[in-house]
Amino acid sequence: MPPGLALGRHRVVGGAARDGRVEMSQEVDFDVIVVGGGVAGAVCAYRLAEAGHEVVLIERGAEPGSKNLSGGVFYCRVMEQVFPGFVDEAPVERRVTRNVLSFLNASSHVNIDYWDARLAEPVNAVTVLRARLDAWLASRCEAAGVMVMPGVRVDELIVEGEQCVGVRAGDDELRAHVVVEADGVNSFLAQNAGIRAKEPPKHLAVGVKSVIGLPRTVIEDRFHVIGSDGVAYAFVGDCTQAVAGGGFLYTNLESVSVGVVLRLDDLATKGLTASDVHDHFLAHPAVAPLIDGGELLEYGCHLTIEDGPTMVAHDLTRPGLVLIGDAAGFTLNTGLTIRGMDLAAGSAIAAADAIGAALAAGDYSQQAMDAYPAALAATFVGADMKTYARAPAFLEVPRMYRDYGLLLADVFHGIYDLDLTPRRHLLGTATRAFKGSGLKLRHVVRDGWAAVRAL
Amino acid sequence: MTGFGSVPDRLARNTYALDDGQSHIEVHQEVARATGTGKLLVRICPAHVYTEEADGTITAAYAACLECGTCLAVAAPGSLMWHYPRGGFGVAYREG
Ligand SMILES: Cc1cc2nc3c(=O)[nH]c(=O)nc-3n(C[C@H](O)[C@H](O)[C@H](O)COP(=O)(O)OP(=O)(O)OC[C@H]3O[C@@H](n4cnc5c(N)ncnc54)[C@H](O)[C@@H]3O)c2cc1C
Ligand code: SF4
Repeated sequence: MPPGLALGRHRVVGGAARDGRVEMSQEVDFDVIVVGGGVAGAVCAYRLAEAGHEVVLIERGAEPGSKNLSGGVFYCRVMEQVFPGFVDEAPVERRVTRNVLSFLNASSHVNIDYWDARLAEPVNAVTVLRARLDAWLASRCEAAGVMVMPGVRVDELIVEGEQCVGVRAGDDELRAHVVVEADGVNSFLAQNAGIRAKEPPKHLAVGVKSVIGLPRTVIEDRFHVIGSDGVAYAFVGDCTQAVAGGGFLYTNLESVSVGVVLRLDDLATKGLTASDVHDHFLAHPAVAPLIDGGELLEYGCHLTIEDGPTMVAHDLTRPGLVLIGDAAGFTLNTGLTIRGMDLAAGSAIAAADAIGAALAAGDYSQQAMDAYPAALAATFVGADMKTYARAPAFLEVPRMYRDYGLLLADVFHGIYDLDLTPRRHLLGTATRAFKGSGLKLRHVVRDGWAAVRAL
Repeated sequence: MTGFGSVPDRLARNTYALDDGQSHIEVHQEVARATGTGKLLVRICPAHVYTEEADGTITAAYAACLECGTCLAVAAPGSLMWHYPRGGFGVAYREG
């Protein structure tokens, strides 16, 4: 028997059906079972417990956070709704005030370097390391009265008729009015219950990441940051050896998170080795000096979502069941940013509020659960999933991963390489670089138009 | 190769709670061979869990697994049995 499970027995009598229906006569162990102690699960459990409900949070890792990995830029304004003072109280690393977009070629790169003091007032994004953040979130859950049950892997949902009534872990069963599936991108529970099909590789990407320790003073000098300010680099181009995806480098207090995100279908067909692409990126002349002299603290990998808008169009609810966070598909990868944690929190809040209403009404029907997607549509989560619906298709353009970076570098080369040939005006330099690039004007126009509409 | 060691060197720095004798990975050799999944697994797994042996069989060093799910996502139907390790076992990230 999984260790924590026996502790969970404290039967509360189930919500009596108000209109004479008998379906809910079964006793429940908790009002709500939340599966998965990531950002989505923890935020949902916390909010429900705060509202006075009996909640259990089940996590397969020995500690919440021990299975989790992200690139690490958390657009954290949404957290203030749940944890006022989040930025000051949570174990966050640095406040991101500088964003660098880097077009990487084999022997050149062009950066757009954007620093803005406004990004810290109020703080818009922080870097995080999930092993620490998720452990803190779980401790806040516990303080709010959530029964946190780590070290337990849920094996399946218990579904009676159409109604989800609980979960099974080994030989044990736990029952609740509502089950929240917050089990992350792989979402095996929904797949095994036939609620979702296996995602095609094209919708997924693998992130391969190293955390490299560097002294605080080195980080401050190397990245021109002071105090708790930080930088987030997004790389496109040669960082992935032409595999659809990108590279990232984020500063933590005393380390940097650096790695690549590779779309699975393209990685499979390009015939490259995942770890080689990661190593190629870290050894790139644009990246190597930034991590030089550092000590590898951890090497990890995790799946992420490439086509969130398509995934969230699938069912998010069943009677007695809601899907939130990555399990539901709430990640947006625009090439410039990967956002999953803020959407995990946003979907968790909407779900918790809908479940709270369902518990008050004693109604766990499909209709009651559907209050969650309805509410979500009115929040930033629903709006952004719609706004960026075209981003995945845009990112399929192969020119993104090679040609545009080369073109930019050629333009700048034409400006700065004073080789004693007569100078041209910028327009001439750009035209010449363009002609040499092999790109077709109609492609550039089409891609440019697609970019401003997709991103 | 970077200055940070081979993949096995790097994994040696990670923390794992090893579930002795309980592999969570099983390769179905005939299907893996017939579909080309075997070779794909060898290169796509960031932790180098899979190795092609001299006789063409694919072995899985499950203890090194980082539990990302990539292998299962790309494997041809019927070529791979993969599930999460038992609760509390497997990789334990300290950074993430
Ligand atoms: C390389 C990479 C870079 C990324 N970069 C960013 C970024 O910079 N910014 C950003 O916002 N997002 C980023 N993301 C996305 C972000 O990490 C996810 O969107 C986010 O973690 C989703 O949170 P979640 O709570 O839904 O799922 P998860 O964090 O995956 O949590 C799921 C939890 O469920 C547990 N679990 C799973 N199955 C079971 C089971 N059967 N029983 C019990 N427990 C179970 C897991 O152990 C885990 O704790 C990145 C992702 C990757 C892989
Ligand atoms: S889950 Fe990831 S780390 Fe584990 S064997 Fe599969 S690909 Fe490798």
